[in-house]
Amino acid sequence: MNLSTLKSDKKNLNSFIAFGSALVFIGFVDIILSSFFSTNITAFLPDKISYLTPLLFGLFGLYLIRIEFSGNKLLDKVNTNFNSSNFNALLTLLVIFALIKYIPPLLNWFVFDANFAGNTKEDCTSGGACWVFIKVWLNRFVYGLYPDTEQWRINTAFLTLFLLVGASFFVPQRLKKYIIIFLLFVYPIIGLKLISGGDFGLKYVETGAWGGLSLTFIVSAFALILCFPIGTILALGRRSKLPAIRYTSIGFIELWRGVPLITVLFMSAVMFPMFLPDGTYVDKLIRVLIAITLFEAAYMAEVVRGGLQALPKGQYEAAKSLGMGYWRMHFLIILPQALKLVIPGIANTFLALVKDTPLIFVVGLLELAGMVNLAKTNPKWLGMAMEGYVFAGLVFWVICYVMSRYSQNLERKLKTER
Amino acid sequence: MSKIIELKNVNKWFDKFQALKNINLEVNQQEKIVICGPSGSGKSTLIRCINRLEEHQDGQIIVDGNEISENTKDLEKIRAEVGMVFQQFNLFPHLSILDNCTLAPIWVKKMPKKQAEELAMKNLERVQIADQAKKFPGQLSGGQQQRSALARALCMEPKIMLFDEPTSALDPEMIKEVLDAMVDLAKAGMTMIVVTHEMGFAKEVADNMIFMDQGQIVEKAKTKDFFENPKSDRTKLFLSQIL
Repeated sequence: MNLSTLKSDKKNLNSFIAFGSALVFIGFVDIILSSFFSTNITAFLPDKISYLTPLLFGLFGLYLIRIEFSGNKLLDKVNTNFNSSNFNALLTLLVIFALIKYIPPLLNWFVFDANFAGNTKEDCTSGGACWVFIKVWLNRFVYGLYPDTEQWRINTAFLTLFLLVGASFFVPQRLKKYIIIFLLFVYPIIGLKLISGGDFGLKYVETGAWGGLSLTFIVSAFALILCFPIGTILALGRRSKLPAIRYTSIGFIELWRGVPLITVLFMSAVMFPMFLPDGTYVDKLIRVLIAITLFEAAYMAEVVRGGLQALPKGQYEAAKSLGMGYWRMHFLIILPQALKLVIPGIANTFLALVKDTPLIFVVGLLELAGMVNLAKTNPKWLGMAMEGYVFAGLVFWVICYVMSRYSQNLERKLKTER
Repeated sequence: MSKIIELKNVNKWFDKFQALKNINLEVNQQEKIVICGPSGSGKSTLIRCINRLEEHQDGQIIVDGNEISENTKDLEKIRAEVGMVFQQFNLFPHLSILDNCTLAPIWVKKMPKKQAEELAMKNLERVQIADQAKKFPGQLSGGQQQRSALARALCMEPKIMLFDEPTSALDPEMIKEVLDAMVDLAKAGMTMIVVTHEMGFAKEVADNMIFMDQGQIVEKAKTKDFFENPKSDRTKLFLSQIL
């Protein structure tokens, strides 16, 4: 036993490991006791020092066990990954202590103290989250103000969509083309008609009653599908040799990129009808869809243009030298490569679009976040903002995460060496 | 033998810099011309003007009876008759070698897919690379890529082939395989204009040699005369440096 120098070395490996681990252990005991049992084993020290004791113990302990090439596999792993310097040791401890201190209360709020049973606010007594609120309002959060008896129409529309999309992954290549064409050009009309009704004995449901998550999906899907080709054409336009096309594209892109989406939506609600001849009426959902689509198309255009610019000039020249004209060159050679390059950027724009949809509340359309907003102002359910927004946030996160994973998959699948 | 390419007093400027000065050139069917000269002398620009990858501002370029200018309709049709092989290969990296070869015949010439694939395999065999047809360009060596690029151009069944320094971006050991493929092509009677520094190839294949400097054709001569008895001092200097 020789700890007098306090400089760790291999000779006294075991003593250092024992002593160092003991100190780290004391640090952990200290933080756990003070977070969960309200006992402070270092209460005899001045307040501020007492607060920092777990950190000091931990740091000194980690310093002692920082022995390079100790031969102990576990120790070496800990040292290289978490304890390579005093600064890293500090960061490691801070992160672990923060997790110990804050994860349990969060879990308590979310799960252990939360209320799941019951039907009214008064059933929420245990102090955690009141998920009863979500449970009771779930129908509204998904379908908005759409009449209960007609909700099967929304279900059918989305179920068909998922089945078709699912089928497009599994059917042979030959049929895939037709399914995709059907999905892009025919299905949207059928789906919308099914949901809005008015014909075929279906009751008409005005778009003001649409809402909740289903509206989020409808708005996002339409804007996504439409903004992509428009953006691509704008990107090509901006690089066109013809001044008229080029300046129109630049003007369009810069105009839409320069205004906040919320003002665009206001304009679509307030100003747009003024330009229409008397008596014509364009549904506000359509107006909003057009506004969001054009807005996002401007961003999409710049993303795609980035990809176009990244391609070497030789690709254009090779295509031309084989006798391809402008459109063949772009559709067969340039765009497939350029779009592949900017998949991350496209995914980025798409995610932003989905998360922009709540802004349609300014024209009185309430998708998921809008419905939460509405529900929390219900006199019977005051004070449920936290639960509502956490729920909406989680749903948006799941949607965006799925899209993000899909884009990563696509990127991997389409990757070719240059 | 009849003329297939004719350049009359062609001038070209990049902004203020004159890249081509009064170029006059006639190429007959089945003729093989090798253009050499120092870098920046306008060799590449000259052949890129022939399929209008570069635009000339003055003079006439006539390819297979069609004048090439900004008014040319059907420029694509003329380009389809003029094959080109680039220094950097410029294969399409997102397509397999076979698809690289069949793409233009299918979409530009409207050839049925099956026929296009047969044609592609025939040309890939011709450059001895048929076994790599399913691979992607990124998986091949430089020499294999350049031979694929040659096959791709041949799939359009061009009347004229232009080569823009086809071996300059290759490792020395791969140069030969590309040159061999080009020699075969020359023997098959293709009209060829080749910009290259490979004088061995020039001696073996070329009917006529052209030496360019500062945008002008300094000397045009039969290959034998060009190497054995160059007339201008500039040509002599150039040859003494590279031979």
